[in-house]
Amino acid sequence: MSPTPHESEGTEPRTLAQKVWDAHVVRTGGQQPDLLYIDLHLLHEVTSPQAFDGLRVAGRKVRRTDLTIATEDHNTPTDNLFTIADPTSRKQIETLRANCEEFGVRIHSLGDENQGVVHVVGPQLGLTQPGMTVVCGDSHTSTHGAFGSIAFGIGTSEVEHVLATQTLPQAKPKFMAVTVNGSLPEGVSAKDLILKVISITGTGGGKGHIVEYRGQAIEELSMEGRMTVCNMSIEWGAKAGMIAPDEKTYDYVKGRAHAPKGEEWDAAVEYWQTLKTDEGAVFDKEIVIDAASLSPFVTWGTNPGQGVELSGTVPAPEDFDDPIARTTAAGALEYMGLEAGTPMREIDVDVVFLGSCTNGRIEDLRTAAEVIKGRKVAEGVNMMVVPGSAKVREQAIAEGLDKVFIDAGADWRFAGCSMCLGMNPDQLTPGQRAASTSNRNFEGRQGKGGRTHLVSPAVAAATAVTGHLASPADL
Amino acid sequence: MDKFTTHTGQVAPLRRSNVDTDQIIPAVYLKRVTKTGFEDGLFAEWREDEKFLLNQPEYQNATILVTGTEFGTGSSREHAVWALKDYGFKAVIAPRFGDIFRGNSLKNGLLTVELPEAAVEELWLRAELHPESEITVDLEACEVRAGDRTWGFEFDEFLRWRMMEGLDDVALTLRDEDKIAAFESNRDAWRPRTLPVQV
Ligand code: SF4
Repeated sequence: MSPTPHESEGTEPRTLAQKVWDAHVVRTGGQQPDLLYIDLHLLHEVTSPQAFDGLRVAGRKVRRTDLTIATEDHNTPTDNLFTIADPTSRKQIETLRANCEEFGVRIHSLGDENQGVVHVVGPQLGLTQPGMTVVCGDSHTSTHGAFGSIAFGIGTSEVEHVLATQTLPQAKPKFMAVTVNGSLPEGVSAKDLILKVISITGTGGGKGHIVEYRGQAIEELSMEGRMTVCNMSIEWGAKAGMIAPDEKTYDYVKGRAHAPKGEEWDAAVEYWQTLKTDEGAVFDKEIVIDAASLSPFVTWGTNPGQGVELSGTVPAPEDFDDPIARTTAAGALEYMGLEAGTPMREIDVDVVFLGSCTNGRIEDLRTAAEVIKGRKVAEGVNMMVVPGSAKVREQAIAEGLDKVFIDAGADWRFAGCSMCLGMNPDQLTPGQRAASTSNRNFEGRQGKGGRTHLVSPAVAAATAVTGHLASPADL
Repeated sequence: MDKFTTHTGQVAPLRRSNVDTDQIIPAVYLKRVTKTGFEDGLFAEWREDEKFLLNQPEYQNATILVTGTEFGTGSSREHAVWALKDYGFKAVIAPRFGDIFRGNSLKNGLLTVELPEAAVEELWLRAELHPESEITVDLEACEVRAGDRTWGFEFDEFLRWRMMEGLDDVALTLRDEDKIAAFESNRDAWRPRTLPVQV
């Protein structure tokens, strides 16, 4: 094997993020920001058409088609596999297919077993591995950081830049640690944890930082749980979220289609084992959380930082010292149609959405199915289950989870982003209220005038059964 | 990309903070495959309300948006920048921006300037009392000027140069093609490739 760039680094203690960063620097110094090499570039139909167009206009090619892969997800229908009713959605998907064909990029189209939400597909194929740089024109690319990679969302101009050069100029970020000590109590999930973190930091608290999540509670999370945590890093403004790889990570990657094999596997693991923050490495900032203090957490407002314990009540604007937070809260309560002081558990919902790149993986479906098994979705509630990928769907069917949901009266769909962003017909109608396992409760995110409460899969399932925000313990 | 050195124009005072990119342009407008023509999507939901700022006759000519903190957080959609530009905005001033939005704006010739809350408040008041008055955003001097008031702002040297020269990032990077090739020849053999594999 050729000597690798990371072997030549000095002995100064470094953070995990620094190590991965250093191993990808193509050019540094001078007035320009570091130029980083990109190991994996994921594409989808919404943020790529203008980038391909840019290449065409400049007469450029895709530099590394072997490090690029596309899937259809944001616009795809979930009620059938082949008819995209909306002509503009169809056009966008057709454009992606034509671009991939023209530029020689591998694509997983509707109907293909590897079609699905881009951040579910990467790990599923074994393309997401420790110590990589991963980008995608989608802010939840941070999901892939769960493997110990630097992964972040980019804009369409940057998509074009990566297609053309396989690199990206990036200003050096700062480094932060979120240390979660102790174990999560029974019934508290990765989603509850990250919603709590965001409620502490606010939506801008992580700005300019690559965050490393660590500590016992993080180590105890499954890979799916780690992905949920890293996924929502962007919701508190962080550039990326990372978790040091360990045995769980290797086990998850091993045997997948694109995982290294044989001697290459050994070489890879040897490198991956070096991917941890050195003793004595300094973070620019650290947040410490006691896992034992956590309980199921949900949002009440219109940004992911506006959250509260499920056992709590809707806050009043006066509860906030900061004048900006106060006005934002007042606006959020009005939009959400909520009265301060209402117990969260008394909030009735119309829709429950289980899915997205935050909580649409197999483990999430299992958790929800376990809660809902033998029970019924409450009268007047529409529960929609949208697996994160075609493969997750297939696996769920193999495990009989589809039956559990269907028997309970839920709507069992095909894979895609769906109601996470309401680009396809899966949308809330004005005034409708949803408990959603997705990541954004912005005004209108899930449909014009729709009201969103972000919740974990377990809370989503219990809410579907009772018709109001609830946890499995309430059943 | 258009060069940006200095711009003088009227202000639209948007008294809102945490304006995420879903508010700037809702997802339903993202389905186009072109890079222009997004002006109708800008703040689309708010614009349905006739009392909304941009529906007021006195702000029809505004070219500088002054808004509250955390502007452009959320989704990475570059369409948010295109929509602001297509609508006619040349610059946005806020105490703080979402990272991806900020990066996108500077790549598209839309100047985003960070000024402290107090300055933003003052600019809001001015624009509310005298909508016709103009302010200047000067990237060369790194200053915002309004009447007899001047605020300096910080701006990364490299980004400033790139913006003032109107330089295309890809061309800039390709000047270091040899370094990219050298890096590639040294990459670990086990790094994954997307080429189809036999399972
Ligand atoms: S599921 Fe939602 S957050 Fe994830 S990629 Fe799709 S739209 Fe983005």
